[in-house]
Amino acid sequence: MKTMFFTQAADDALAQAMADDPRIVVFGEDIPLVRRDLLVRFGPKRVRGTPISESAFLGAGVTAAMAGLRPVVEMYMVDFFGVCVDALLNHAAKTEAFSGGKWTVPMVVRAPCGGGYGDGGQHEQSLWGWLAHIPGLTVVVPSTPADAGGLMLASLQNNGPVIFLEHKLLSESWLEFLGSGARKTVSYDIPAEGAKGEVPSKWEPIPLGEAALRRTGSDVTIVSLGVSVHRALEAAKILEAEGISAGVLDLRTVSPLDKTTLCKAVKQTGRLLVVDEDYETFGLSGELSAVVLEAGLSCKYARVCTQTTIPYNRNLEDQALPNVERICTSVRQLMK
Amino acid sequence: MPSDLWSLYALMLKSRLFEEATAKLWHEGLISGEMHLGTGEEAIIAGVVSHLNDGDAMALDHRGTAAMLMRGVDPILLLREFLGYKDGLCGGMGGHMHLFSKEHLAASSGIVGSEGPAAAGFALAAQYSRPGAIAVAFFGDGAMNQGMLMESMNLAAIWKLPVLFVCKDDGWAITTKSESSTGGDLNERARGLGVPALDFEGCDAAKVWDTAGTAIERIRSGEGPIFLHARCVHFEGHFLGFQPIRIVRDPLKEMPKVAIGLTKSILRLDGAALSERLAGLKNVMSSVITTLRDPRRDPANDPLLHTRAALQSDPVRLKELEDQLEKDINNILKIVLGEVPS
Repeated sequence: MKTMFFTQAADDALAQAMADDPRIVVFGEDIPLVRRDLLVRFGPKRVRGTPISESAFLGAGVTAAMAGLRPVVEMYMVDFFGVCVDALLNHAAKTEAFSGGKWTVPMVVRAPCGGGYGDGGQHEQSLWGWLAHIPGLTVVVPSTPADAGGLMLASLQNNGPVIFLEHKLLSESWLEFLGSGARKTVSYDIPAEGAKGEVPSKWEPIPLGEAALRRTGSDVTIVSLGVSVHRALEAAKILEAEGISAGVLDLRTVSPLDKTTLCKAVKQTGRLLVVDEDYETFGLSGELSAVVLEAGLSCKYARVCTQTTIPYNRNLEDQALPNVERICTSVRQLMK
Repeated sequence: MPSDLWSLYALMLKSRLFEEATAKLWHEGLISGEMHLGTGEEAIIAGVVSHLNDGDAMALDHRGTAAMLMRGVDPILLLREFLGYKDGLCGGMGGHMHLFSKEHLAASSGIVGSEGPAAAGFALAAQYSRPGAIAVAFFGDGAMNQGMLMESMNLAAIWKLPVLFVCKDDGWAITTKSESSTGGDLNERARGLGVPALDFEGCDAAKVWDTAGTAIERIRSGEGPIFLHARCVHFEGHFLGFQPIRIVRDPLKEMPKVAIGLTKSILRLDGAALSERLAGLKNVMSSVITTLRDPRRDPANDPLLHTRAALQSDPVRLKELEDQLEKDINNILKIVLGEVPS
């Protein structure tokens, strides 16, 4: 079995798809440097840089997809969707419905997301709940290299727009680029199994909308995604020593949401803890409680999310983002 | 208000020393996240900011330290903010990309191009409540390709808003050379939106001071916005640890990281024809090669050396000033850290 780093895996699956499908083109800011390996393998016609003009190139990605290409549009960070959200909200997400189902937008939008390295509240957001709120968008948040590759392939094969979010703490290349490559004096709490792991010898698509049970547990179901999956797994080990059996469900895609697996797991334990690095209110964590209620299940419920603007101060930041301690405390509370 | 080269040089050197100390602390790991220095653009900032009065506003980009410092924000508060201290300028909540000083009407943003609308709003408020006051927007040439910046130029033109748009043009949009990301001429672009444009070398502090002074006078009198286009260099590139500069400075360490992947990409089956692959390789290497020949490596483009040369006729005064500023910065470090890092 071979192993890969997280972004390496996503890029490798993308390269496999590009070799098979000449319609796939890649563009975004600084792509000649950031995706240099793809540029050299597939040439500058298929892999190109853009100006800092997100509204233009993301909007162009939508219609390029409508006209027969399979664009992979790269954003520098998920936070910068703020500049150009119209292309997603009013166009990418609407075309299929507006055309009576006759016209689709097979575009993948890649964006680094997430915090834990001290860049502050304008560069470390998650925002997957905000994006998944819009009908017509698929939102993918892988937590391991194997999922990064398999979900990338599925995203590329999907006929509608997919937002593919890569957590920077898992991404070897983003952390290197953003400054850790030039100094050894900083360290980050990088989950080892998320940053590097086993991958298949040939990529197969992992169906969008299928959650993965990372750990079985009979007392409580912890539902999470991205880096927080690894925080939840770490917490589950600590809780096990206290006699609490915590299962961990990795959603992998926010939209479509795997309601069946969620409800099945919650039904077994009767306790649901959502660990979501995105903002707490009006988002994914509340949505999961609604799904469970709508299914007629009764359970004890709690959530560990980001409640405020993410502080620049590293200690405050670590407290603001979901961490192992907060997860353990919440589970213990649920067990009372 | 400094009207002579000595005061401009003092502002610039203060900022340079402060940012060099900041870089050291970043390399030591005491400052987290990214760090965008303004070393190389000091003449532009000094030449503009020294014309500002109470009631004037500044909309800053992710590179706002020099402007904050020269506008009079306490360097101790700034440094404490960079270190994430609770008693920093913004309570340790913002960091260097998100510096705010309400007292100075100065607001920063890490979102490229957002300085345009921000300055327009400050200027609108000035039009109502502080006649004669202006707003300055500082941004790079990369930001000129953001819709919101162009939109705000148009808005400022039709509402005759008192905005000074200052483009600090270093020829790069992060790691992309401007010629491959910017069409047309930036001055013509501003003029096309109804904003008069002035173009000049930004490493000459006296020239900046003169040009900005004339422009600001016109803006204060209600003539509407003006666009200043000043060229500069950024010695550290986009941010500290900037990859193309790292490769140039330490090729033996950095090249292998890059070369292995590139070699594999050339050799892998399934992909473009060899000519396309070589075109891709040329594309990748061009940013590194351009960095090698980069004007930022030429001391002639250092605005401090440029200004200093003009002051060398009075070496005693020059030495006194430099010694004093060095003492000041060491004092600041001592107050903030308890010691001067070796």
